[in-house]
Amino acid sequence: MISVATIFDHAVTLALAILSLSFLVTIYRIVKGPTLPDRILGLDMLVAIAIGFIAVIGIKTGYTLYVDVAIALGLVGFLATVAFARFVLSRGKTEDDILSEAREAASAARRQAKAAAKARSGSGGMDTGPAAGKTSGRQDNE
Amino acid sequence: MSELVTLVSAAFLVIGSFFALVASIGLLRLPDVYTRMHAASKAGTMGSCLMLIALAIHATDTGTMSRALAGVVFFLLTAPVSSHLLAKAAYAVGYRLHSSAVMDDMKPKDNA
Repeated sequence: MISVATIFDHAVTLALAILSLSFLVTIYRIVKGPTLPDRILGLDMLVAIAIGFIAVIGIKTGYTLYVDVAIALGLVGFLATVAFARFVLSRGKTEDDILSEAREAASAARRQAKAAAKARSGSGGMDTGPAAGKTSGRQDNE
Repeated sequence: MSELVTLVSAAFLVIGSFFALVASIGLLRLPDVYTRMHAASKAGTMGSCLMLIALAIHATDTGTMSRALAGVVFFLLTAPVSSHLLAKAAYAVGYRLHSSAVMDDMKPKDNA
């Protein structure tokens, strides 16, 4: 029979590991994240994960002063997100955003054309080449 | 009784961290900023609130417990407001929805 304290220790370790994994995944989105709102959203998510870390550490060590830090961190994260939203509103779009959107649209059109070509060759039609060319040409015009 | 409290607190911790993981996977996998917001601001808030509730259950004194619950209430109040402001700003500036989106209720009507 496993004791309750052992289960609790394992639960705390598991929670810390999962939180670290989600922290890393969120950081990947912030670094990659094609537009500024994506990065702001990632920062918001980081604040939420940090509050979770603080709760776990407070339980693990019994040092409950960290709860006040969690509340203050939530306040700072909220104000930062609001300020960033105002900044996005006043800044408008930059050339980087337009460029990344065009890149995303091009890759989506390519994916669609490939899927259409595959569906057509799967159904056994002979006119795969010109039909696929026509669809991709139309999507490029959009 | 105290063993039961410890077990419930451990369960809340693990469930809350799983919610945070689901939110970050959604942030990674979903296609545009609006769907990512749907993952981060619901599952992420749920995750950190569950972990603060675990802390409140685990705490022995009422001061820590009430502060942790106040943190939960505060976080539940502010997270939707901030993500709504961010979504509104992104839409007003003109960040487009992903091409697989089927509905856009805020699209301006033509019959002006």
